[in-house]
Amino acid sequence: MQEQISALKEDITARIDAASDLAALEDIRVAALGKKGSVSELMKGLGRMSPEERKEMGPALNSLKNDVADAITARKDVLEEAALDARLKSEKVDITLPVLDHAAGSVHPISQVMDEIAEIFASLGFDVAEGPDIESDFHNFTALNIPPEHPARQDHDTFYLKPDANGDRKVLRTHTSPVQIRTMLSKEPPIRIIAPGRTYRSDSDATHTPMFHQVEGLVIDRDTHLGHLKGTLEAFLKAFFEVDAVTLRLRPSYFPFTEPSMEVDVQCSFEGGTVKIGDGNDWLEILGSGMVNPKVLEACNLDPNVYQGFAFGCGIDRLAMLKYGMNDLRAFFDADLRWLKHYGFRALDLPTIAGGLSR
Amino acid sequence: MKFTLSWLKDHLTTDASLDDILKKLNAIGLEVEGVENPADALAPFKVAHILSAEPHPDADKLRVCKVTDGTNEMQIVCGAPNARAGIKVVLGQPGDYVPGLDFTLGKAKIRGVESSGMMCSYRELELGDDHDGIIELPEDAPVGTSFVEYAKLDEPMIEIAITPNRQDCLGVYGIARDLAAAGLGTLKPLSDAAVAGTFESDVKVAINLPADQAHACPLFVGRKFTGVKNGPSPKWLQERLKAIGLRPISALVDITNYISYDLGRPLHVYDANKLSGNLQARLANAGESFLALDGKTYTCKGGETVIADDTNVLGFGGVIGGEDSGCTEETTDVVLECALFDPIATTMTGRAHGINTDARYRFERGVDSQFVHQGFEIASQMILDLCGGEPSERFEAGATPDWKHTVPFRSERVKTLGGVDLRAETSVAILEKLGFEVVGSDPYTVHVPSWRVDVVGEADIVEEVLRIHGYDNIPSVQLPATDHKAGTTLSARQKTSRAVKRRLASVGMHEAVTWSFMKRENAVLFGGGDESLVVDNPISSELDCMRPSVLPNLIEAAGRNADRGAASVALFEVGGVYKDDSENGQHLIATGIRAGDASPRHWEGGARKVNVFDAKRDALAALEAALAPVANLQAFDEAPDYYHPGRSGTLRLGPKNILASFGELHPRVLKALDVDGPVVGFEVYLDAIPAQRKSGAAKGAMNVSKFQSVERDFAFLVSKDAKAGDLIRAVKGADKQFITDVTIFDLYDGKGVPEGHTSVAVTVTLEPKGETFADKDIEAIAAKVVAAAEKAVGATLRG
Repeated sequence: MQEQISALKEDITARIDAASDLAALEDIRVAALGKKGSVSELMKGLGRMSPEERKEMGPALNSLKNDVADAITARKDVLEEAALDARLKSEKVDITLPVLDHAAGSVHPISQVMDEIAEIFASLGFDVAEGPDIESDFHNFTALNIPPEHPARQDHDTFYLKPDANGDRKVLRTHTSPVQIRTMLSKEPPIRIIAPGRTYRSDSDATHTPMFHQVEGLVIDRDTHLGHLKGTLEAFLKAFFEVDAVTLRLRPSYFPFTEPSMEVDVQCSFEGGTVKIGDGNDWLEILGSGMVNPKVLEACNLDPNVYQGFAFGCGIDRLAMLKYGMNDLRAFFDADLRWLKHYGFRALDLPTIAGGLSR
Repeated sequence: MKFTLSWLKDHLTTDASLDDILKKLNAIGLEVEGVENPADALAPFKVAHILSAEPHPDADKLRVCKVTDGTNEMQIVCGAPNARAGIKVVLGQPGDYVPGLDFTLGKAKIRGVESSGMMCSYRELELGDDHDGIIELPEDAPVGTSFVEYAKLDEPMIEIAITPNRQDCLGVYGIARDLAAAGLGTLKPLSDAAVAGTFESDVKVAINLPADQAHACPLFVGRKFTGVKNGPSPKWLQERLKAIGLRPISALVDITNYISYDLGRPLHVYDANKLSGNLQARLANAGESFLALDGKTYTCKGGETVIADDTNVLGFGGVIGGEDSGCTEETTDVVLECALFDPIATTMTGRAHGINTDARYRFERGVDSQFVHQGFEIASQMILDLCGGEPSERFEAGATPDWKHTVPFRSERVKTLGGVDLRAETSVAILEKLGFEVVGSDPYTVHVPSWRVDVVGEADIVEEVLRIHGYDNIPSVQLPATDHKAGTTLSARQKTSRAVKRRLASVGMHEAVTWSFMKRENAVLFGGGDESLVVDNPISSELDCMRPSVLPNLIEAAGRNADRGAASVALFEVGGVYKDDSENGQHLIATGIRAGDASPRHWEGGARKVNVFDAKRDALAALEAALAPVANLQAFDEAPDYYHPGRSGTLRLGPKNILASFGELHPRVLKALDVDGPVVGFEVYLDAIPAQRKSGAAKGAMNVSKFQSVERDFAFLVSKDAKAGDLIRAVKGADKQFITDVTIFDLYDGKGVPEGHTSVAVTVTLEPKGETFADKDIEAIAAKVVAAAEKAVGATLRG
């Protein structure tokens, strides 16, 4: 009997090892361990044995059954592994094939720069104010101490809408300064605002377009003076151009709505056609500013003996050109995809103080 | 304003270098726009001598000249008619750049004869228009010396920008006065001598202005000169005028121009023999006309200040003189006018007739009232010096207006307004150097000089002090910190605009910024073009109307990009459109378009063109970013008529509040814009989105079922007229407690579907609440779904 068991085990094991696929292995399992399998048949013989025989053969037959089952499981693992390998091999693709990109759009440099400016001034305690593009003569000129006969009106190259029934003509605002007026008329000091937006002048060349963008700044309280203006502009320009220091040159100038007035130049170098802000031997005119003219305060019903403050105005497009290296303003407004993809910003590149203004 | 360095030094004694002068000009607010020195370009040119000039063997008009520069002798072929032996000329040699011809000389063969250099004309050296021949220098010109040195061309010309308030610096003398006050030298006094008249003028002047217009011409001073000779002005005067870009005309005209630029004092000279009777300043009658010095005839609108004789208007006072009474080379008797004209009236006349002259420029900014007589006498003396003749006694009408005014000045304001801590005495000293008279003690009374009409208030005085003390000395001070709260910088609307831009960029669209104005025809196509929004003076007819929509700009941009080869265009803009010209007429809109391929041809397949659903998806993305209640929106198949009528719609909150429109653009509109379709677009009306009621940052507790949700599919047969939106809304409403989502996963209208119907496959997501669903629960909900679908759109379950 023992010999019979050994022979059977040897035979089955040999066949298991020879099984070439899972189906053949299953056939072997059925032939050995199935209801009428060779091992099962032997097991059935146990019932006819004497207790002594059974005591000896029982464990032997159980051991045979377990050994065969284990061998089948082991072989099954091997065959399954091989089958998986074969399948994976058959599933191979050419991973050098090009994929369809996730569509990547862009944010216009003007929006980006406006966001940068808002971020900087938020840290200085400013709010962002707005006003309409189509302005009254009062807000754009008269309240800003530019009466109708003032020579400065001619320098503005103003666009007018058709006169209304009363002969009044609305203007396309020539600067963001009317937002100063609107803010002072609607809000009690202390005031700290910037006002970015579209502005219009009848002018067209590489650095002038009939529509462009400005940001206005206005601070009104009781004791703000020119020193604060200088400090604020330095802080702004340093942060905007992301440099350690800027040197400003303040030149006396004239704007009807400020007194004293000054134009501000920033020290820079022009090397290899690019502007570097912060040091160098050249000066770049960057903005106009001054202390708000008492007549403007009066026009806004503020007592110039109590309130004073500063204002400045700066070209956003120009700031963008200086920082990011565009040389033709007209391209800003042409919606050429090649330009937008080159100079635009990724949707998630939101400028922050913590993460930096540009990446 | 242009002037040369030597001209400045006529009025200013200074050792300062050019560089220091330029720096100081900038520092005191006279912005240097540029400095040019003709010597820079002409440095290599030399005085030379033509030794011989023989006819060219092969060309009648050319001569072969032997020329020496004192050290070397060279052969030059020259075509100038005056090239001849013995004359002194200006020589350029190979390697020298000739500015008037814009090329660099080389050795050349001209008709077979070697030529190494060039003898130049005035025009070739950009020294004038003369090109009749080469320059002939006087015989005593030293051969071999630098031409620049010989001709004294080393003369920097400085151009400065004068701000509208600084009329006092529209003359070189005024600039010198400001520089002297700033410590850069000493101002030389002007002559205050008066010319002694030898006879009484037969021409007189009267001011005949109505009392309420007396300010239009408060003072008119005149003098007659007889026997003058009006030839060309002397060389020094011509050179000065040429250096600043003025064309010399005749001695008398040149004198008036010179005094205007030298002293900021406009003048006029009449030919006395062309006047009939006396001069008068009066207001024009409508319809009067005269031929002006610019060659144009102007017809008065009535009310302009004119100078007239007994019969005719001669010119607009302070703006332009008349041709018929002007001086010519034959003129022998003249009348010199030196008058004051009102700035505003001058501006209005100049503007009304479109005349820009040096006189207008000065009068409209305010000419020095106190300087009329002195300027007049200086000009008179100059006429006598340059043209000879006999001067009459001075005659005049009117009087010097009262220009005197004072401004109170608290010296502390230099610190509290200007930020500079300056001793009162320093401020006073600066003001006195500028010609202000400072009286009393702090607060002072400052008497403003006649030439500073712009100084009217204390802030102006502070500016004067700071300007001369130096803006560089203003300290840099930080604004005090405030309790400004994070997140309050931007308004809700600005935050929305920012979020929408970045959302649309993240779905593959590129942000454009396009003109706020467009061609009126385009505006009309998009529901705009109202007369009140037409630009009266557009820069071009392509940009003459405020935009009612951004779509035409983006569509045209899509066309341009397609022409450049872009197969797929996706653009958006967040900006204003203009419904009327009022303050509230400007609406903030997010607009986007897609054109061409939605998905390109690709080995994975799936290529298709853009369609209306791309636009709907973009609109929903923008609305979601704008925090609009997207789940509550209803799509209506009515949209503006610039969209395809069957492929467009609006998204509304309730039946009336339209938050967005979207669709395929109407082919007729695309044709008008000359752009190939398909183009789809959307407009999201950001101002129409209801404001968020936000009470805090907290988002509230999350409430999710612990039981797994279940999906059930239904295939409904519905009429083709039925709307999917109605079906979904009905199904969603069938059991609001358990149905959490309804979507359509297939549409089929092929075999097996009755004519006029569509099979709509719907998936309904059910979420158990208290316990898992039993089969009967799901069956009950399914029955409700079927009933609701049937009731809403007549749907039947497909067998």
